[in-house]
Amino acid sequence: SCRLLHFNSARFCGVRQFHKDEVAPIGTPVEKDSAEYKEKYERMEKLVTELKTTVSGILQGGGAKARERQTSRKKMLPRDRINTLLDPQSPFLELSQLAGYQLYGKEEVPAGGIITGIGRVSGVECMIVANDPTVKAGTYYPITVKKHLRAQEIAQENHLPCIYLVDSGGANLPRQADVFPDRDHFGRIFFNQANMSSLGIPQVAVVLGSCTAGGAYIPAMADESIIVRKQGTIFLGGPPLVKAATGEEVSSEDLGGADLHCGQSGVTDYYAKDDAHALHLARRVVKNLNRIKDPGVNLETPEEPLFDADEMYGIVGDNLKKTFDVREVIARVVDGSRFDEFKAMYGETLITGFARLWGYPVGIIGNNGVLFSESAMKGTHFIELCSQRGIPLIFLQNITGFMVGREAEAGGIAKHGAKMVTAVACAKVPKLTLIIGGSYGAGNYGMCGRAYGPRFMYMWPNSRISVMGGEQAANVLAQIQRDQRAREGKEWTDAEEAALKDPVIMKYEQEGHPYFSSARLWDDGVIDPVDTRTVLGLSLSAALNAPRQQTRFGVFRM
Amino acid sequence: RCASSASSGVAKIDKVLIANRGEIACRVMHTARKMGIQTVAVYSDADKNSMHVALADEAYNIGPAAASQSYLRQDHIMNVAKQSGAQAIHPGYGFLSENTEFAELCEKEGVIFIGPPASAIRDMGIKSTSKTIMSAAGVPVIEGYHGEDQSVERLKKEAAAIGYPVMIKAVRGGGGKGMRIAMTEADFEAQLESAKMEGMKSFGDQVMLLEKFVVRPRHVEVQVFGDRHDNYVYLFERDCSVQRRHQKIIEEAPAPGLTEEVRRSIGEAAVKAARAVKYVGAGTVEFIMDADQKFYFMEMNTRLQVEHPVTEMITKTDLVEWQIRVAGGEQLPRKQEDIKFHGHAFEARIYAEDPSNAFMPGAGPLLHLSTPVPSGTVRIETGVRQGDEVSVHYDPMIAKLVVWGEDRESALRRTLSALKDYKVVGLNTNLQFLIDLASHPEFQASNVHTDFIPEHSEALFPSRQISSIALCQAAVAMLYLQRQQVQDDCLLTNDPFSPFSHCSSARVNETPSQFITLMDGDKEATVEAQRQRDGRYLMIVNGGSEMIVESTFTTEDDIIHVRCNINGVISTASVIIQDNALHLFSLEGSGTLTLPIPAYMQSTSGSGSLDDPVAPMPGVVERILVSEGASVEQGEPLVVMIAMKMEYVIRAPRAGVVGKVMFKEGDTVSKGTALVHFTEEEKTEGAEAK
Repeated sequence: SCRLLHFNSARFCGVRQFHKDEVAPIGTPVEKDSAEYKEKYERMEKLVTELKTTVSGILQGGGAKARERQTSRKKMLPRDRINTLLDPQSPFLELSQLAGYQLYGKEEVPAGGIITGIGRVSGVECMIVANDPTVKAGTYYPITVKKHLRAQEIAQENHLPCIYLVDSGGANLPRQADVFPDRDHFGRIFFNQANMSSLGIPQVAVVLGSCTAGGAYIPAMADESIIVRKQGTIFLGGPPLVKAATGEEVSSEDLGGADLHCGQSGVTDYYAKDDAHALHLARRVVKNLNRIKDPGVNLETPEEPLFDADEMYGIVGDNLKKTFDVREVIARVVDGSRFDEFKAMYGETLITGFARLWGYPVGIIGNNGVLFSESAMKGTHFIELCSQRGIPLIFLQNITGFMVGREAEAGGIAKHGAKMVTAVACAKVPKLTLIIGGSYGAGNYGMCGRAYGPRFMYMWPNSRISVMGGEQAANVLAQIQRDQRAREGKEWTDAEEAALKDPVIMKYEQEGHPYFSSARLWDDGVIDPVDTRTVLGLSLSAALNAPRQQTRFGVFRM
Repeated sequence: RCASSASSGVAKIDKVLIANRGEIACRVMHTARKMGIQTVAVYSDADKNSMHVALADEAYNIGPAAASQSYLRQDHIMNVAKQSGAQAIHPGYGFLSENTEFAELCEKEGVIFIGPPASAIRDMGIKSTSKTIMSAAGVPVIEGYHGEDQSVERLKKEAAAIGYPVMIKAVRGGGGKGMRIAMTEADFEAQLESAKMEGMKSFGDQVMLLEKFVVRPRHVEVQVFGDRHDNYVYLFERDCSVQRRHQKIIEEAPAPGLTEEVRRSIGEAAVKAARAVKYVGAGTVEFIMDADQKFYFMEMNTRLQVEHPVTEMITKTDLVEWQIRVAGGEQLPRKQEDIKFHGHAFEARIYAEDPSNAFMPGAGPLLHLSTPVPSGTVRIETGVRQGDEVSVHYDPMIAKLVVWGEDRESALRRTLSALKDYKVVGLNTNLQFLIDLASHPEFQASNVHTDFIPEHSEALFPSRQISSIALCQAAVAMLYLQRQQVQDDCLLTNDPFSPFSHCSSARVNETPSQFITLMDGDKEATVEAQRQRDGRYLMIVNGGSEMIVESTFTTEDDIIHVRCNINGVISTASVIIQDNALHLFSLEGSGTLTLPIPAYMQSTSGSGSLDDPVAPMPGVVERILVSEGASVEQGEPLVVMIAMKMEYVIRAPRAGVVGKVMFKEGDTVSKGTALVHFTEEEKTEGAEAK
């Protein structure tokens, strides 16, 4: 969906006119008429359609009635608030749309009741965190807390100013045990605000509805806050609580309205007449932050890839057992389909190399099979290069794991794998992870799974994530069972084996599904393969707001 | 300086002072330059950067903006003539062009006045005298009373004798000023009073004449020329029937539908008139023509008319050159038998005015101005450029568009096309009105008369609703401009290629959709633009019709030329977006849409509230009729303003208490400024909540 207009290339990077600077593009044209291509294409397209259908329901928030209630009070819907806040035609990199999806049984909490994402406000890339009052009155479910904290984590790692569009009933009281006491629960929101502020990452709150009890700290802890008259309220205890505690009878507005907080208490700094005004003021606040983004990397004029992105549907398909060359994916994502492959003939199951994404330099690591010792060492070497040079890393995961077996173990696959895991863990350059196929076992670690702190992590709808494949797990369990029976001298029928394996396979299938993962925030979103270039580009752009960090690696076992 | 008594022999003119401004000053300078004559401009404080000043070889300041203190200051102008060494003064039209005293002053000072002798001006300037002279010379005149007894009784009696309807006209009047029509006897006194007042204001004289009022008359005038050698010619006639507020708006030559016989006899009658007053130079004899092509002398204008270019176009002459040569004592360049006309020409006067609001004159900056390309058949006479200001102090004419064609039909077709190429932004113009007028079937059929506009008002003032196509064109241009803005801005940063600048409105798993709200007058129009993956838009106009829009753009200064493929139909339009207005020029015509200003911006933009009475046009506060603290009823007069020499009463839009009068008498105010601020009434909670 992004069309690049003409850039004055000479102005930024010198005229590229020497053949010695040219790179032969990678990728091969697809055979669009082949049965295999067509079938794969249709299957992936079906997954994408499913994804979009599911998301389009989620975008409606808490449903027609709740939306109507919101708009009838002349309050904007949360997505309209975000659109109004953003610069005209700014992209919005929304995160974790599937948060909370089928997570609470019959209770649906669309998008986890909170909308988070990155967009441009007054020319600054900002993290926007907007409560959705149409979903359970904007109360914080456990997943809401998690999503809010994840947004703050992203903001902190990438130095993105935070704008909180607050309109929430506070913690979800029946679920207080999963919301209140632990380290990564509600209190962490304010801990993060304080610490981000201390790091010079601006915190701006726009009070568009209620901020009760703990919620009151969001505007109170913000660097600057805005409140809408006769709409926003901030108090530690609401009127019912006050009456119960002290017998004092007071209206919400008198207790914590805009007039009180802008005029007397000084809790808020700007007085807005309505939502639109408040969002306008927020834009002004950001305008006055005096932020200059320095991406800190050298730039080249971007070029579109030579191949159409949707061809990835037909290359990848939905069957994880069918392999594909990750270079074909790279060719449909990076600038000009140009890829300077590193160690092309060594450790060939791991593809490494340099490319440009939207003009930014990137190091790409992709899987073309199981990881061997050589592949792991190659990966380690490449991560070292990128870390040394400050080149962001992109991991394209499609990995069943490290090689097993006597030969592999004897060759030291454990220590070689550990090298790669160490390198991934310690690398401080921005890391972006996209799961384009399977993500299993230690392969997930070596390829920068969630635990390895990628700045952003996304999944394609065909992908799966689990400790190992379902069938593999079932086989392992069956083998153990079979061995035990054998020790006991008991017989084990095929039917018994199937009875053991089938539920395991089913469970892995369900729990390894990207929606299951995204619902729990194991990733930052499930995306259409066609949008890969855009989503990775936006993520990279956001990541480059943070100053470059030096990497110090741990001990590499030799 | 040796120009005195130029009647004998040829005087040398190598430097001419143009005692005027605007397009006519420029027009005269062009010819003077062509003839190798140096030009001297005069200018008021308001005009120091005007086009006519830039065009002249030298320019002299003659006083403050008000014409009475500058362009009408005979002494200042004469001083400039002396100082600069100009041998002649061209007065243009208006200002001092028909001022007897000035012509006499020139004669006295030995400077050539490029115009008729003072005596001719005087004779023709007083309507009653002129009619007597014409009547005596055998020129047909219309029944009327031109007597000295100005008592209401007498005038009323005379009016009854002439028979209603009767026209009441200031004797020294012109250009529709000090002129009223009494349809019935009951009407008479009020109209008389009104005419007198205006006469007093405009000419300092309230002597009135009465005339038979011809219903649905045509206004046909003849261009005449005389020299000091007793030669007189006519250069055919012009039809200037279509008028608004008794002022011409579109003129043509020759007058359509005249028989050759009538054409010759009206020309000869005009020459007779000129000869009767020993006329020298360019003059125009105006006639009223009835449905049977019978014509009656109305008045003689002793100057170059605004609409002279149509005559030039069909006779292939330069009348200003003729004027200068005749003033220098030369013989007329052509004899009557050598003057032929070719084809047909139209002049459309482009004014800063608001046709939908009683042609209320306007003023303001010409933020954008682009014209049709001038050529042998298309002339643009103007005194302003893009960036100039149409001042409140002078005539609000922006330009004259003069177009020639082989016949009336082709001339009109070209005129229409040229009008559509005219793009003015910054103030209201009559361009769309001119287009509607020139497209009217009755106008095309030459059925013109002076009541044309009121008679066809329904067709000429259509309640215009912008089409879905035009809305899509506007929306797509706005989106383009936004995108350009983002991309221009990002080039100034350290991060010029970020997809945040280049992935327009990208969304995750969602089709990006933007709502564009535009105000078409009071009506709100909304376009939802959904950006498709291929860069096209699906546009949903006002929640209804769906259009697939693909477009390309070229820009030229501040103009965006849009080429749209909308549901398979390719069309073009030009769009200029300035401040909160979007001006769209397309084959449908031109239109202005405004971008709604959010409520929070309105409240901070001034102290006035929405219902405070505002100045309807730029002008000067003449009188203030209320004082602070006064309670007024709705409709009560508050302030009297003078603008474009006309009086406007600003009335209370609602009942209320005057909190503050924002100006004092004599202040200049711009359009839309709150004049009086009403005290805020405490609204009830309930009223505000809804």
